[in-house]
Amino acid sequence: MPKLQELQDLTVQVRRDILRMVHKVNSGHPGGSLGCTEFIVALYNEIMELKDGFDMDGKDEDLFFLSNGHISPVFYSVLARKGYFPVEELNTFRLIDSRLQGHPTTHEGLPGVRIASGSLGQGMSVALGAAQAKKLNKDSKIVYTLHGDGELQEGQNWEAIMYAAGKKVDNLIATIDYNGQQIDGATKDVLPMGDLKKKFEAFGWDVVDIKEGNDLEAIIKGMKEAKSKTGKGKPVCVLLHTVMGHGVDFMMYTHAWHGKAPNDEQLATALGQNPETLGDY
Amino acid sequence: MKKYIDQGKNDTRSGFGAGLAELGRTNPNVVALCADLVGSLKMEKFIEENPERFFQIGIAEANMMGIAAGLTIGGKIPFTGTFANFSTGRVYDQIRQSIAYSDKNVKICASHAGVTLGEDGATHQILEDLGLMKMLPGMTVINTCDYNQTKAATIAIAEHHGPVYLRFGRPKVANFTPVDQKFEIGKAVMLNEGTDVTIVATGHLVWEALIAAENLEKQGISAEVINIHTIKPLDGEAVLKSVKKTGCIVTAEEHNYLGGLGESISGYLATTHPTPQEFVATQDTFGESGTPEQLMDKYGLNNKAIVNAVVKVLKRK
Ligand SMILES: Cc1ncc(C[n+]2csc(CCOP(=O)(O)OP(=O)(O)O)c2C)c(N)n1
Ligand SMILES: [Mg+2]
Repeated sequence: MPKLQELQDLTVQVRRDILRMVHKVNSGHPGGSLGCTEFIVALYNEIMELKDGFDMDGKDEDLFFLSNGHISPVFYSVLARKGYFPVEELNTFRLIDSRLQGHPTTHEGLPGVRIASGSLGQGMSVALGAAQAKKLNKDSKIVYTLHGDGELQEGQNWEAIMYAAGKKVDNLIATIDYNGQQIDGATKDVLPMGDLKKKFEAFGWDVVDIKEGNDLEAIIKGMKEAKSKTGKGKPVCVLLHTVMGHGVDFMMYTHAWHGKAPNDEQLATALGQNPETLGDY
Repeated sequence: MKKYIDQGKNDTRSGFGAGLAELGRTNPNVVALCADLVGSLKMEKFIEENPERFFQIGIAEANMMGIAAGLTIGGKIPFTGTFANFSTGRVYDQIRQSIAYSDKNVKICASHAGVTLGEDGATHQILEDLGLMKMLPGMTVINTCDYNQTKAATIAIAEHHGPVYLRFGRPKVANFTPVDQKFEIGKAVMLNEGTDVTIVATGHLVWEALIAAENLEKQGISAEVINIHTIKPLDGEAVLKSVKKTGCIVTAEEHNYLGGLGESISGYLATTHPTPQEFVATQDTFGESGTPEQLMDKYGLNNKAIVNAVVKVLKRK
């Protein structure tokens, strides 16, 4: 197990990557990416059981599907720093002829990505298929997903949520980035979603609440708990309470940075709050 | 050739926002719906002035189309706003059954069409929407070329009874349509008369067609340029009249050649007046991230591509 300090260093470095990537092309989605940095770092480096290298089928290893594809910066950075592709390739984010598209895609064959996402609301269904394929293959590994909370407004999710419980897909851990924000404002103002915990439970899921969604230790503890609940006949939902824009003070607690890049000055301030650890790409 | 002046670059989606705001003041039956993209669709003014006539649906486009259909029962004229991808493919059956087949007076207003939305990449860059929409019986399909035309079209479609798909885009582009030009659904706009070749363009490709025609003129080629903003119903007569004179045609659009304007025109000409045609369109491919200019260049959607197509089609005359 990597020491906590190593994960913390990686988290700060990933934050720098996110900020520098979106700044360079003056586009992309820093808010959700920064809010999910601890989670994706912990997932790939502490929680998931992964084979070396990458193959599409991912047999006998855990799988992850990013359903809220707009937070591709955090996904790409963690994949690169895990060794799926060269870290320097982060330089090509959102540029023409790149494998690092604005939203993740399999189209250019980027290692680590198994499905295109970006059009919201589709990832859970895909994960259900992959989870059921694992069962057919007598593969006991787990399928993880991440979804935005606003994304849950898409009806397809609720078809998938109903199916997962109805068909006892208990090798699935779906995490919700519960930041309370979406593009047009706070989720409670755009479309109140009520009590998500009760909703998932009413649909027949086990729910784990991670109250400190930007604390590595809390995430690791919560995800281990979630994992202990798999294989018991129910799908597992993790409500990850995060702060959008976490780690950059002027980006926090607002939807303003959902899809906006910092300018030169803002980048300098943001990087100043996240001093280099493992080395910039 | 006739000179067109760019009155100042602006985005077509802002033309939509301005037209919608004006409708808010003039037509009490107009209501607006959006699926968490108010800023991108430039709907703020309408919302500010008519908060009770605006429905924030959340990220749920299928629900939005159904609610829009329902609002027409009771005499409302709903304008839905989201990206072109989520306005069409995402909700095709909802549009098909609840709007088109049920003949509901819904105006489906779609921004960020085509590759020119840029860096977000292929998941968001729909190049198939014109085809999807034109295949629906009874659907009027419009693709506007600049700010002024989009504003005028937005206002015009409120007066037309029946389902409409109005397509526009993200980037700031030349604004050259006269501000007082009336928008007539289904009526082509003659931009430049010429004798050697007909160029028919729609959407962002119209300005590119004008630049191409200027460059062709320098080579001694006289191009007739027609703006077809309404893909369906198609102004076949305008096309026919032109090709009878020029004997060849180039169609230009920010869309797959399958299912687009060019396909509609070739189908029409095949049965009326078979004519050599070249297609400036994407060649059955998805898009990718990049700047709008880079993508227009890579996917052959600019004035250069139009000139090349003209050179090619002239040889086939
Ligand atoms: C089907 C679909 N509709 C709309 C969008 C545009 N869009 C991208 S992100 C987003 C908001 C998502 O909110 P949430 O899932 O809470 O993510 P966060 O803003 O917290 O990162 C929207 C509406 C989309 N990508 N896909
Ligand atoms: Mg959110």
